[in-house]
Amino acid sequence: MKSANSLPIRTAKDTAHKNMLPKLSRRHRTLIVLALTTLLLLSIVTGSYILSDSGLSVNFEIKNQAPSMNNLFGTDWLGRDMFTRTVKGLSLSLGVGMMAALVSAVLALFLGICAATLGKTVDTAVTWLVDLFLGVPHLVIIILIAFSVGGGIRGVIIGVAVTHWPSLARVIRAEVMQLRSAEYVQVSRHLGKSRWWVATHHLLPHLISQFFVGLILLFPHAILHEAGISFLGFGLSPDTPAIGIILSEAMRYLSTGMWWLAFFPGVSLLIMVRAFDILGNNILLLLDPHKAHE
Amino acid sequence: MQLKQLILFILGKMVKMFILLAALCLLSFWMVSNSPVDPVQAYVGADMMLVGPEQLERISAYWGVDKPPIEQFGRWASALLQGDLGTSMIFRRPVASIIKERFFASLILMGLAWTLSGLVGFALGIVAGMKQNTWVDKAIKSYCLILASTPTFWLGLILLIIFAVWLNWFPLGLAVPAGVLTENVRLIDRIHHLILPALTLSVLGVANIALHTRQKLVEVLSSEYVLLARARGASETEILWRHGIRNIALPAITLQFASLSELFGGSVLAETVFSYPGLGRATVQAGLRSDVPLLLGCVIFSAVFVFSGNLIADTVYRVVDPRIRHKDGAV
Amino acid sequence: MALNQSVLSVNELTVSFRQYTRGLRQIELTVITGLSAEIQPGKILAVIGSSGSGKSLLAHAILGILPSNARVTGTMAYDGEELTAERQVKLRGREIAFIPQSVNYLDPLMKVGAQVRASIKDNKKEVQRDIFARYHLDSQVENLYPFQLSGGMARRVLVSGAMVSDARLIIADEPTPGLHPEIVEEALTHLRQLADEGRAVMLITHDVGAVLNVADYIAVFYAGTTVETAPVKDFAGKGEALRHPYSKALWKALPQNDFIPVSGFQPSPGDLPLGCLFSPRCPMASRECFESRPLERELRGGKVRCYHAT
Repeated sequence: MKSANSLPIRTAKDTAHKNMLPKLSRRHRTLIVLALTTLLLLSIVTGSYILSDSGLSVNFEIKNQAPSMNNLFGTDWLGRDMFTRTVKGLSLSLGVGMMAALVSAVLALFLGICAATLGKTVDTAVTWLVDLFLGVPHLVIIILIAFSVGGGIRGVIIGVAVTHWPSLARVIRAEVMQLRSAEYVQVSRHLGKSRWWVATHHLLPHLISQFFVGLILLFPHAILHEAGISFLGFGLSPDTPAIGIILSEAMRYLSTGMWWLAFFPGVSLLIMVRAFDILGNNILLLLDPHKAHE
Repeated sequence: MQLKQLILFILGKMVKMFILLAALCLLSFWMVSNSPVDPVQAYVGADMMLVGPEQLERISAYWGVDKPPIEQFGRWASALLQGDLGTSMIFRRPVASIIKERFFASLILMGLAWTLSGLVGFALGIVAGMKQNTWVDKAIKSYCLILASTPTFWLGLILLIIFAVWLNWFPLGLAVPAGVLTENVRLIDRIHHLILPALTLSVLGVANIALHTRQKLVEVLSSEYVLLARARGASETEILWRHGIRNIALPAITLQFASLSELFGGSVLAETVFSYPGLGRATVQAGLRSDVPLLLGCVIFSAVFVFSGNLIADTVYRVVDPRIRHKDGAV
Repeated sequence: MALNQSVLSVNELTVSFRQYTRGLRQIELTVITGLSAEIQPGKILAVIGSSGSGKSLLAHAILGILPSNARVTGTMAYDGEELTAERQVKLRGREIAFIPQSVNYLDPLMKVGAQVRASIKDNKKEVQRDIFARYHLDSQVENLYPFQLSGGMARRVLVSGAMVSDARLIIADEPTPGLHPEIVEEALTHLRQLADEGRAVMLITHDVGAVLNVADYIAVFYAGTTVETAPVKDFAGKGEALRHPYSKALWKALPQNDFIPVSGFQPSPGDLPLGCLFSPRCPMASRECFESRPLERELRGGKVRCYHAT
């Protein structure tokens, strides 16, 4: 009764958001964000190839220089250009973070589907596994894993992947459960469609969007954790200067007052992470079936 | 009757926690024993010359290096059950006593940051929720979203540059002034060393709790009972005190207790940046210098810490929320 | 029905929601259109309309608790004096009491006694206990939480909350849905008692049948306006005494009468007809009905908005 009565108010607000406001407008906004973020990422990646390695060579004549037109982000104690280092470091962090997020999302997809389809025992087992991984601080697990595989890029990817799957696995599990009991899936079954047909025609289209959004929303966390773990010294080695390494080196020169060593790489990382977050949330708006179809 | 139910609930949770801890121990042990680092070698490390043969034997005996892995685990687990976490290689002291001492230091840091982030976050969330869709709300929301994307350790570095290097208000790190005997350290020195790390650590939690509180308050303010309160002449302030706080405090407290995992993770980074001698820093040192007993000890202890937080969160909910409290006590 | 006797009179009230969207587009949804109504002391005016027709918003408009994006035009007068936003703030909870529909209007985490006391000046416990006793609520009930109440108890608590003040105008929103017939009966009896004590009652509901025995006047609400206001005695027989074609159709649609549903749908608030709001469904509609909206006029002791009503 209540909902019926307050309907006009809700219509007033919701229609404006969903119907009256042209869908194009939201799509446009999302597409602009999408384009900008992609542009940012592409420029980081291409930038890291285009920028010559000469910026990374040791040049004591220009060491410890504050930001200027020649060196936008300043130079470090060896005279290396911080801008070049930051772009290359970001590109490296981006790659490692994406890899880790991808592994994590695949793990989540696998475990989520298993939990939803393979019966009560598997479901319980996955739930306990989730509880276990949520029960230990992520960073501690990553340190443990990095230690047990002997450090390096492999440790970071496994560590970040293993700690980030639970939330997405839950979403996928719930989605599969709901789809399995959905009427149209039941109808298809009764019509004699094979499991495979049902899976590819009904389950997959829904799961792909969930998976995709989950993957993108994993990026920012994965990149932040990658940076953190590299900063602590468990990730990449110092000769592969990811953003975490650059910041950890900057820490040693903190007392000299060379603020640009830490400031620019960190801000760049922050912007990249935030961009991914915005991107993920916008794509979520676009793909969310409830909002998209209304 | 209700008390009995509560005790049963807590016992059930603790049994589950114990099983999960056992699984964690098994998993962690398997992981470190698969590590390319040899525990005895690592234990002795560079100080091979300083370690006598009997000592080497004792270490080997503790780890049971020549035994199959299952037996090794059995040995370690039974020692663990007796409260023997082994001896740390870096500190040459029992792991249990190191954890106790380090955890105390971390607890002060985390407790301060936890309280600070809880209070500030809650307040920001309330302001944003009350001023929904105004520029104040938008400013707080953007602030929180940016904070959520900020690497904790980088924020620590920036705070150090500003307040320690440029302004010289705070020391560069450590928990106490360097070169001063423990008994001569004044409380004010400790606090002085604590402020920047605690501030850094609290920032992440602020975003989380503020956004959550805002969301809850917006829900409460658009609820029918608030509409009725307005219809009966209550002012917005009265509504906030009478209905707002009542309905958002519990979720906020629960969230705060459930966030201990992130808090601990943050403390690992913050303690590293500020060279603060807490448990997080010990974990990093143990990992970097292959101190297996200390690393395992830290992993297990951090899990106990997080589980306890979750248990408190669940229990608070059961004790405070009347809908759960009186579940079958309808009059 | 002289104006100076009315406790509340509403004149040409229009409530619309205006939404600015991105690119500065704006849309306007009109949920109440040129509505007029009056209530005298000691009388019950029942406002009847189908579910979802926006009649709750009428109550919210009178109390001044509409959402902030609502736009209100027209005038309202309380005690013959204009009811401004400031006066609404001053009067609500004191002179004007509101009885909401369901237990959802109680804070789930607050004991009901405390919730009722919150509307009392000085928060006096005795006042609340007296009221509870008057509505046959056990003394323990004040220590219960809303989820522990039965439907009837919740209803009585909601009424008590409105009665702790000496309100002269009571607005009761849909007190009937989902309740047992006895509880409905009891709720309506309470309202009748309140009216007999000299208060003015506006009862907003979708159920014509239930209010026939208690109301003095019935206002028929359609697409945001009152198409007809008639003394309750006109709702009888085949509805011959009724004035508006919609009222007649509504009356005939009742199960105890012909049970013929009114064909068609109410227009949506974003897309109202240019002329009479009922014109798209009206069997009597002529050209003028489609071109302009009829004004309210007096007819046979009631009021109607129709060019053709006789």
